[in-house]
Amino acid sequence: MAVSDSPLQSEAETRRTLATRLNGWVQSIPIAYWVVGAIMLLMPLIANDFFLYQIFGWAFILGMIALSLMFLAGYGGMVSLAQMSIAALGGYMVAILGDSGATSISLGWPWWLNVPVAILVAAIFATLIGALAVRTEGIYTIMITLAFAAAFFYFTRQNYTIFNGYSGFGDVVPPRLFGVNWRDAIPFYYLTLGCATICYLAVIYVSRAPFGLALQGIRDNPRRMAALGFNVVAHRITAYTFAAVIAAIGGILLVWQNAQIAPGTAGLPAVIDILVIAIVGGIARPIGPFIGAFIYVLLRTFSPDVLQALSMAGDRYKLLIGLGFLVVVYWSPDGVLGLWDRWRARRRRRDPLVDKPEAS
Amino acid sequence: MSTATVRSVSERLSAAGTANALELRGVTKRFGALAALTDVTITVKPGERRAVLGSNGAGKTTLFNCVTGDFLPTSGTIRLFGEDVTNFPAHERIRRGLRRTYQISLLFTGLTVFDNVYLACRGVSRGRFSMLRPRKGDTLVQSAYELIEAVHLSDIAQIKVSELSYGQQRQLEIALALAGAPRFVLFDEPAAGLSPKERAELVEILTNLPSHIGYIIIEHDMDVALRVAETVSMMHNGRIFKEGLPSEIESDPEVQELYLGGGHG
Ligand SMILES: Nc1ncnc2c1ncn2[C@@H]1O[C@H](COP(=O)(O)OP(=O)(O)OP(=O)(O)O)[C@@H](O)[C@H]1O
Ligand SMILES: [Mg+2]
Repeated sequence: MAVSDSPLQSEAETRRTLATRLNGWVQSIPIAYWVVGAIMLLMPLIANDFFLYQIFGWAFILGMIALSLMFLAGYGGMVSLAQMSIAALGGYMVAILGDSGATSISLGWPWWLNVPVAILVAAIFATLIGALAVRTEGIYTIMITLAFAAAFFYFTRQNYTIFNGYSGFGDVVPPRLFGVNWRDAIPFYYLTLGCATICYLAVIYVSRAPFGLALQGIRDNPRRMAALGFNVVAHRITAYTFAAVIAAIGGILLVWQNAQIAPGTAGLPAVIDILVIAIVGGIARPIGPFIGAFIYVLLRTFSPDVLQALSMAGDRYKLLIGLGFLVVVYWSPDGVLGLWDRWRARRRRRDPLVDKPEAS
Repeated sequence: MSTATVRSVSERLSAAGTANALELRGVTKRFGALAALTDVTITVKPGERRAVLGSNGAGKTTLFNCVTGDFLPTSGTIRLFGEDVTNFPAHERIRRGLRRTYQISLLFTGLTVFDNVYLACRGVSRGRFSMLRPRKGDTLVQSAYELIEAVHLSDIAQIKVSELSYGQQRQLEIALALAGAPRFVLFDEPAAGLSPKERAELVEILTNLPSHIGYIIIEHDMDVALRVAETVSMMHNGRIFKEGLPSEIESDPEVQELYLGGGHG
């Protein structure tokens, strides 16, 4: 019986098993991840404020919004063009419920109330979109979600009572929590890094939990999933809800970064950009959207300079991004992630000539 | 227990309408002009094991698709354990104890054997939407492993399904249909393409199922069908034209002419 166990002994035992488990967990993570993690944490020692705020901060935010698309498309087989609109709704809600320059509209709720409610509203909006979109397949899903995105854009531009129309909201800043100004470069870097990491880990975790596993089953074989007792429609809709939480966090950070939000934030170019980011990065794994976002932000930021140096019009950067998109999709339909996987596979095949053959 | 209580229990059960495992009344299914099923009426008692025989294109698979809800019938009613499920979506029927296998394996080829079986166990239990990964001692994980063992796939539980042999995939197909607490199973040609040894294993799995689990098995191989079934229904051109004991069916001249091509053996 359990009484015979001395409590001290069993406590030591739990601690030991915890330690071994922790150890096993640490060892199960490849070294490359620790290296990348360390570099990310130490980045403020190397990079200047512009890089921290404008390059990394922005890339993490766009990566999160594209991650929500990756979750739907990669695990659920549903390409949604509404993710930017869902993110923007989250951002709008923070401006409307919290503080902004448009004092006649904004309600001035504290951050601990307006942030969760903003995420909730975005999630409800996404659930409605999902409820209509999941009964369609392929191109029709894209069309329906695109229709929602377009409607959201025109509605926010024309509605002045809630969304303040064309001008949107300015002076939307993060709360001064712990006396830190979170719009300073280093705090903002860590804020976005932290949110992106949590979203990234959450997607990885959920992908192996019953919900995520079932979603992948539905992607591969909806008919069989129904014959196993799964409600395919409800599962797909829930995927939209889950993805919306990630998108909304990205949208809120985006508003805080720019200190403003306007209809253009979720205009059609921005909507398309999220698709491009996810596809260029790769939607097979959750890291893809972040790779895509980083490439996008670098191109977007520096290509005008490069183009001008080549004595071309600087505003042709869209051309560069478009060409990059074309090249990646042409050479590697599964994005940069796919290129990387194939390169590694090739190296591994070559390795035995130089190295010990791989254990298999 | 006295006979009086036994009688009152059985009376109560029949009053509650638990009479038949499966009851089809006048089920018709048309694909455009083609009538794949015409006015099919079948009654299967709980625990009964029945074979459905019939030539190619007779409508056997279509019959299964209507019962599981993969397709809705054009007309007619389907009752499962007394409940009218004619317009229920597939997953609602599965949650009531119905299971099926597919003639052409419908597996999740990108997932491991374990993940496939685990999904099947999840599908008929609560927590389908759980965002938490299962813990080590999870009962569902346990029952998934037991099921994998029952179909002799333990050694390859962590292998991707796309790497399995044809016979192993057929076995996995059966495991998916036995997850949870099945009450009635539809087997669509489970023996097709199996080696004699695999066939013997299949017969063993089927005959060893708990006696309360009834099933219908579609089977071209008379030897397998007659060893695992108590009753036989013969289909042709979307109709059931004969029902009876295996011995009656075997000796029936009409069956011999239509199905066995004038004789067998
Ligand atoms: N989804 C469908 N759409 C159109 N016609 C179909 C469909 N499914 C089946 N059919 C047709 O219905 C008829 C019956 O097909 P079914 O698959 O039920 O036959 P079966 O008895 O299972 O034959 P087999 O022994 O070859 O498996 C066939 O003529 C088939 O072409
Ligand atoms: Mg068939």
